[in-house]
Amino acid sequence: MVPQKFEYAAPDSLKSVLQLLDAGAKPLAGGMSLIPMMKLRLAAPEQLVDLQKVKELSYIRESGNAIHIGAMTTHYEVETFPVLLRKCPLLAETAAEIGDLQVRNRGTIGGSVAHADPSADYPAALQALEAKLVLIGAQKERTVSAAEFFVDAFTTVLEPGEIVREVIVPAEELGTGTRYEKVVQPASGFAIVGVAVRVRRSAGKISFVRVGITGLSNHSYRATSAEATLAGTTGAAADVQNAAALVAEGIDANSDLHASANYRKHLASVHAARAITTAISRAS
Amino acid sequence: MATTIAGVEKEKLVGKRLRRREDPRLITGTATYVDDIHLEDMQYAAIVRSPHAAARILSIEIAAAQNSPGVIAVFTGKDTEKVGGVPCGASLPGLRVPHHNVLAVGRVYFVGHPVAVVVAKDRYMAQDAADLVEVNYEPLPAVADPEKALAPGAAPVHPEWPDNVAFTFHQDGGDVDKAFAEADVVVKQRITSQRLIPMAMETRGVVAEWHGADRQLNLYTSTQIPHLVRTLVATMLGLDENRVRVITPEVGGGFGSKLNVYAEEALMGWIAQKIQKPVKWIETRRENFLCTIHGRGHVDYYELAAKRDGTILGIKLKIIQDVGAYHQLLTPAIPTLSVLMMPGIYKTQNIRADIVGAFTNCMPTDAYRGAGRPEATHGIERMVDILADELQIDPAEIRLKNFVANDQFPFHTATGLMYDSGNYAAPLKKALDLVDYGKLRQEQADARKQGKWIGIGISTYGEICAIGPSPATPAGGWESATVKIEPSGKVTIMTGACPHGQGEETTFAQIAADELGISVDDVLVVRGDTSIVQYGIGTFGSRGTAIGGTAVYFALQDLKEKIKKFGAVLLESDDVTFSGGNVVCNKTGQSKSLPEVAASAYRAMKLPPNTEPGLVSTRFWEPPNFTFPFGTHIVVSEIDGQTGEVKIRRYVAVDDCGNRINPLIIDGQVHGGIAQGIGQALWEQAVYDDNGQLLSGELTDYAVPRAHMMPWIESEHTTTPSPVNPLGVKGVGEAGTIGCSPAVVNSVVDALSPLGVRHIDMPLTPEKIWHILSKGA
Repeated sequence: MVPQKFEYAAPDSLKSVLQLLDAGAKPLAGGMSLIPMMKLRLAAPEQLVDLQKVKELSYIRESGNAIHIGAMTTHYEVETFPVLLRKCPLLAETAAEIGDLQVRNRGTIGGSVAHADPSADYPAALQALEAKLVLIGAQKERTVSAAEFFVDAFTTVLEPGEIVREVIVPAEELGTGTRYEKVVQPASGFAIVGVAVRVRRSAGKISFVRVGITGLSNHSYRATSAEATLAGTTGAAADVQNAAALVAEGIDANSDLHASANYRKHLASVHAARAITTAISRAS
Repeated sequence: MATTIAGVEKEKLVGKRLRRREDPRLITGTATYVDDIHLEDMQYAAIVRSPHAAARILSIEIAAAQNSPGVIAVFTGKDTEKVGGVPCGASLPGLRVPHHNVLAVGRVYFVGHPVAVVVAKDRYMAQDAADLVEVNYEPLPAVADPEKALAPGAAPVHPEWPDNVAFTFHQDGGDVDKAFAEADVVVKQRITSQRLIPMAMETRGVVAEWHGADRQLNLYTSTQIPHLVRTLVATMLGLDENRVRVITPEVGGGFGSKLNVYAEEALMGWIAQKIQKPVKWIETRRENFLCTIHGRGHVDYYELAAKRDGTILGIKLKIIQDVGAYHQLLTPAIPTLSVLMMPGIYKTQNIRADIVGAFTNCMPTDAYRGAGRPEATHGIERMVDILADELQIDPAEIRLKNFVANDQFPFHTATGLMYDSGNYAAPLKKALDLVDYGKLRQEQADARKQGKWIGIGISTYGEICAIGPSPATPAGGWESATVKIEPSGKVTIMTGACPHGQGEETTFAQIAADELGISVDDVLVVRGDTSIVQYGIGTFGSRGTAIGGTAVYFALQDLKEKIKKFGAVLLESDDVTFSGGNVVCNKTGQSKSLPEVAASAYRAMKLPPNTEPGLVSTRFWEPPNFTFPFGTHIVVSEIDGQTGEVKIRRYVAVDDCGNRINPLIIDGQVHGGIAQGIGQALWEQAVYDDNGQLLSGELTDYAVPRAHMMPWIESEHTTTPSPVNPLGVKGVGEAGTIGCSPAVVNSVVDALSPLGVRHIDMPLTPEKIWHILSKGA
């Protein structure tokens, strides 16, 4: 359990980080996935650039109707930051479900999304939140949606030399009800399935609904047909069931020691129904 | 209880919830483990291991590794062929023991099989070079499932034994054919006890240091049995046993996995001689998964014969034991413990058992917390529930009907044991009261009407502890203690039991403090160094206190007699008593304190008649029997009807381990045991695929329970002293694990019984239960 030899740099400015990345270095954020992979010699980067000292990447700021979260913000900070608890409780609730306290103290939102583990928790919420990710490299900065960002297992649209600089989530409109439901894989603590839901009601009907799914397949997604089925209904139990039944429709589900593809799909539907029900109960 | 002597009240410490005296160094991170040993010019070893479960080694290219920076040596199986084989200490008639080289020669038999070893200046360089060793393999067909291994046409694990049978064992007790002929009902069930990874928090590790001029080997190793390691490694290396010193610093958990002698222990000793420098090897977690013994690995076929009123007439059991590729120290002995335990605490006198040990291309199985007894207890406790279901008798009632009665002790079992003492109904009744059983059954009925899946599981376990009398164990079943009262009156206990987390630094001090009327702070317990401590057996099989503690007790009795003699000289009286830490003249009331007496025993100005100076006694205590603790665990579980997830709503454990020296430590043992029992019942499984690859070979896939996954444990006790030893203690290290898994599984099967479910094999994964629910609905 010792890594191969690597160079290590820990500059304190984003600019220096980007220069090193441009020269081929691999970024190290919280190290919750990369370090174990290096110790198992499944990853062997020749040069690491540690973002830990880059203070300009660690912040949570409200601006207009959006909340900007710096990439090096830890899960624990996301879980407990008052503005997020008040205005984007879905993300805080999701962060609280990640790993254990030690992981939440070390792991970062930017590192997690960039790693794009198909069983990670954040992607479900980011899909449901229609979050935007600001990506930066030495030459350019660009903004992509969560839907565009997650491409495949451990694969994103990040180009070589590029990192996630910031995650932008909406400050929820008053009355939005949200919920993150997770089936925990008992060994790893990752999500066998995770479902993130946002709903708003208007005149007794569901006027807005977003459902994000993680863990089921190679990458997170928005369950749009479930959303369409629920929208416009009163959100009665039968409506919820009908919508939840569609969350795994057409999805090529993963299968492993902990859950077969069929069981995963079943869990996605069950927990989608539970998440939607709770979200509706939280909507006013 | 308190005794008043010379106006000073000495409170008894045995029975008190004393905090563990060993904990401050453990929780402040100042304890020394093997990896904390740093020696001058110490080198590091990295082991190249087979990625194949079965393969011929065609060639090994070591040149690139030899030329890698910092490397001082690379060895392969050709170099170490003269090192003795990894020993199997157990014997059975007809046992097939494959020669187990420390490094593979010509062929590999399981994934992780050591093939070569690289020694370098630091562990990074060693691993870098190990990655450069190129082994050319010709993969061969492998077999990883014990039943498939025994089927005709299976790939032979060892070509010389194409049937893959490692051993067979048969035992008959009573007249089982008559019992089955007379039975009103026979229930049958196949019950598995899956392979588990013992998962000590500290992996194994060895530091070897060779003093060539003295032909002396110092071996630091994380083991439960330092003296046995010394004897066996000395034999493997052809060294004089008295010139091998085994030092066992702190051990971060063993659970049976360190009750062994491993290839790496001899290999490092051999390397230290070759390179004339100290060498360290620390097992990685991955290696721990692949190359430290596994536990369980049973497929059991049960038949239970009974009368219509629930009286059990006889039990037939066929065990298929997954041996793995080799026998480790006790591999073949483990399922024989299952046979001994197969009647549980029920009085049936008719049993038939057959074991077939099957070689597989997997890591060997061996002792893991409970070692054969959890498998047997799981089996009998499941079968009794199945019988209760068949006859529609309440599971508590059918147990009460079949318990060995209080007036039957000592009770001779059909498997040849003599149960020492018991009151089996007492913990059952106490546990039933604690859960308010009648009301609970009513609540269950109500919940069922609301579509909820609530189950109540009872396990009334018995177990075999204090292993064990020497005739019943492969390496001697006694234990040793030396108690020294120093000239200052301070007391040093050297225990051969080598406790490693069981708390005997505290409990032995409690025993000594009471016997001598002193404070526990005056007592030091020393263990784990074969150059300091007299020969001992070790800690396993819940034997530390029952045997090791008894040896301490008898040594203390010797010293108390000698203290009285020296005190009598000081007091110039023949009529003295030793009590409360003082020798008191019964006539004058004058007294001498233990330090005063101890000083006089070493100063030796005036010796009592026929008495040598000093206050030291060494005792080797041979127990006349095992001890047999017992208890009842009751689990209330609820199943999520949509997902199949099992939640334990209540866990009640009433354990009877005889007299209790430190109830706080007993609670800890029960909690830890239950954690491992629940782990087996719900989550843990070592899964090999058909090619012998370990699929659950990382902590990301092997689900060891974490604290937050544990239920609240309501722990209670009854006390039935053992007549086997003067302390009246029985042992409690494995009780939690043994009692637990059937209680959990019985509760889940009970919850699902409206669907006609009678048995589910462990682990009770949500998906497994979901399938049952889906079929039922």
